[in-house]
Formats: sequence, structure tokens, C-alpha cells
Amino acid sequence: MTGAPAWQRYGDSVALLAGLVLLWWLLALWAGEEALTGPAETLARARELAGSRRFHAHVAESLAALGYALLLAALGGLALGTWLGVRPLAGQVAEPILVALYALPKITLYPVILLIFGLGLPAKVAFGAIHGVIPVTIFTLNAVRTIRPVYLKVARTLRLTPWQAFRTVWLPAALPEIVSGQRVGFALTLLGVLIGEMFASQRGIGFVIINAIGLNDVPTIMAAAFLLAVFAATVSAILLKIDRALHRRTARA
Amino acid sequence: MTRAGWIRVALVAGAVAALELATRAGWIDPHTIIPPSAMAAALAGLVVSGAILPDIAKTLSNVAAAFVLSVAGGFLLGLVIHAAPRLRRALDPLLATYYAVPFFVFYPLLIVVFGMSDLPIIVIGFLFGVVAMIIATLNGLDRVPRVALKVARLARMDAVSTALVIKFPAATPYLFTGIKLAVAYSFIGVIASEFILSGAGLGYAIAYAYNNFDNPRMYALMLFILVSVTAVNMVLHTLEQRMLRRRGLVR
Repeated sequence: MTGAPAWQRYGDSVALLAGLVLLWWLLALWAGEEALTGPAETLARARELAGSRRFHAHVAESLAALGYALLLAALGGLALGTWLGVRPLAGQVAEPILVALYALPKITLYPVILLIFGLGLPAKVAFGAIHGVIPVTIFTLNAVRTIRPVYLKVARTLRLTPWQAFRTVWLPAALPEIVSGQRVGFALTLLGVLIGEMFASQRGIGFVIINAIGLNDVPTIMAAAFLLAVFAATVSAILLKIDRALHRRTARA
Repeated sequence: MTRAGWIRVALVAGAVAALELATRAGWIDPHTIIPPSAMAAALAGLVVSGAILPDIAKTLSNVAAAFVLSVAGGFLLGLVIHAAPRLRRALDPLLATYYAVPFFVFYPLLIVVFGMSDLPIIVIGFLFGVVAMIIATLNGLDRVPRVALKVARLARMDAVSTALVIKFPAATPYLFTGIKLAVAYSFIGVIASEFILSGAGLGYAIAYAYNNFDNPRMYALMLFILVSVTAVNMVLHTLEQRMLRRRGLVR
């Protein structure tokens, strides 16, 4: 991220975004109003949606499901990953299973979740958490496993208690990779919650979109997708920033 | 096989046996989960009767098309982006946040553009897979030894043969990571689209069976997807290990 002056970097990013908006506009012109809403109309519809009481209820439902799912995925993955990272044999046994689960299209398992949890919020939370917990676990496992042995030796030499060692040695050493895992985990948890809302659900942003798809209400599809993309990209960009800062700090140390 | 490998097999076998026991003994309601042996029997029945073969053919051919497109497209786009550092720097945040945006909301648009065919689903699978391949390609190209590129310049190779003869083999270990992810994402994109939006394919068949309370059929189809995805991944893993061993990168 060095070399080019800042104005050039920002200029390039702005030019790229402008190019994407232009592409969108041209596509909308080409495909026609009933297939693809242009940037201006989408923004107008998005503002309308953002002001409507009914949409707020859907957003609240989605945010609640996402919040619980993120909490479960982040903490569960952290705990499981740390445990598997500290015990080499357990890690070796579990890692290929985790990777296989990661590659599985989990949507196929959604009916099982629905049968276990019933229709409603718990099923969405569970489905989102299942999506997020696997990458968080894999990243945490690798973060803990690749801590340099000399750090651990220092901790032993200084006779740190397990808690002290965790707080002052393990956590700082593994944190950058853990944050990377949480970033991937966030993206997949959001995807899981949305898919959960798109099938057999009556509430949430996913339902708004699938309902609009059913009615072929293109402006609403585009506006909801746009708001969703902005939200996801913003959170992801913040996490990316933290992630990069942590990685740079460790690289320097 | 290693000790960890044996434990893994025992673990999976134990989990299946426990599920079988729990469902047979009635601790788990058969309306929720059916015994694994019943799933296998139902799957065998479906395959023998040929009832799901069209769905299987449709889904697997869509996944294959999405996979080939995303690997080829991702490699080419990766080459282009790698050659333009300013473009790459501007794209970087977009690539990093790409997977946070769920694309299949654009399915209706794709139907208008490509018509009611398999193409929209293939395009969604492609959109899911291509960025993983782009990122892997960029990672791989960053690590092509500089001396190899010098050799290409000395031999006065043009851009295409440099890409094919020098860059592609040198970046292979990283490309393989991208290929594995592209397979996974192609499966996820195709099956998720079928599940939610389409009227054919394995994903749709599962959703249909769920809506009709046809548990044996639903679990049989799930078992099929589980087994086939895992089999594809194991083949890829074996190929990757063989490639790494040939290069002396793994013992």
C-alpha cells in the first residue's frame, strides 16, 4: 500500500466507482426499465424504503438474527478453534472435516434446521451461525497453531499462569489471523441469514427481496440489494481496515 | 493412513452410528431426521428408478459450466488486474468485501438478460466462483520467481506464451487454492439458486421434497449432495498433494 501518492490512490478508487456506476447506468439503459432499475431510480426507491415503517421492522428482524448468529459464530468459532489449535491431534483430526464442511452447500441442510428449530428467528440464527462458525474456527485454529514456539517458551520460562499466558502471549500473537477469520465469518453469516430469510420466512430483508422477486417489483429488488450491499461493504471495509492494521503491526514487531 | 486419519474415520463412523441409534431408538422424532440407513436406501431407490437422474445431470452440468467459466475467467482477469497495479489497488477493497454481497438477488435481472434457461444459474455460480479465483491468481502471480520472468524476457516470449509457459506453472500451488474454492462456490451458487429460485435441479428437488413433507426423498438428495461434494473435494485434495509433493513442497 505504499508508493503512489494518496491523491492518486483516492482518485483511482473514485474513478473505479464512477466507472461501475456508469456501467450500471448503461446496463439499465440497454436492459430497459422493467428489467433493471438505473442508479438514480434505485437511490430514490432506497430512500423511500429507508423512510417506511414497515421496512424498519424487516431491518430490525434481520439485524436481530444477524446479531445473534454473529455472536454464536464468533464466540463458538473462537472457542472451538482455540481448543483445536492447542491440541495438535484434535486439530489434525478436525481440520479436514471442517474444510469439507466449509465447501458444502449448506443450503441443502436448511430443511433439517427448519425441522429442528421450526419456522422463525431461531432457525435463521442457527443457519447463519452454521455458515459463520466454520471459517472462524478454521482461521482461529491456524492462528493458534502457527504461533511461534519461542513465544510459548518465553511464557513457560516466565512461569505465566494459563490466563496470563493467554492474555499476554496467545491472544496478541494470534489476533491478526483471528480478525481475518471474523471478517470472512461476518460475510458468510450475513449470507446464511439472508438465505434463511429467503426460504420459508415472512420477515426480514431476505423476505422483502424474495417477495419483490415474486411480484417482479424490480425497483424494490434493486433498492434492497443496494442497501444490503452498502451495509455489507461498510462493515466489511471497517473489519478489513482493522485486519490490515493488526497485520502490519505484527509484521513490524 | 496416519493416526489422525484413523481417528477421523472412527469419529465420522461413530457420529453416523450414533445418529442411526438415536433415530432407531426413537430419541429423535422420525419427522425430524430419519436413520442414515433409511437415507441410503431411499437414495439407492431413487437412483435405480432413475427418478432423480435428470436433476442430477442438470445440477452437475451447471456446476461444471460455472466452475470452468470461473476458473478460466478468474485466471484471465487475475492476469489483467496483476498487470495494472493502479487498477488493482483501486479494486482491492471491492475484492475483499465482494463475498459480503449476496448475488442471487440479481437472478430476476439475469433471467431478463439471458432468458429462462440454465444460463442465469450458471452465471450466479460463476459470479460466486470467479472472485476467489481472481484473488488466488493475484496471490500466485505475486510469488512467481523474478528469475523465471527474466528467462521469459531473454527468450523473447510474447505475453500469451509467458502467461501459459512461465506464469501459470509457477503460480500453480496458489491457483490450486483458487480452484478448490471455485468448485465449492460453484456448488454453493448453483444449488442455492436452484433451492430458492429455480424450478429444476437438485436444490429445487430438495426444497420440493421439504414442502411436501417427503423426508426420505429429501434426506436421500441431501446425502447425494453431501457425498458427491465430499468426493470431488477429496479428489482435488489428492491431486493437490501429489502436485505439491512433486515440487518438494510437502514431505
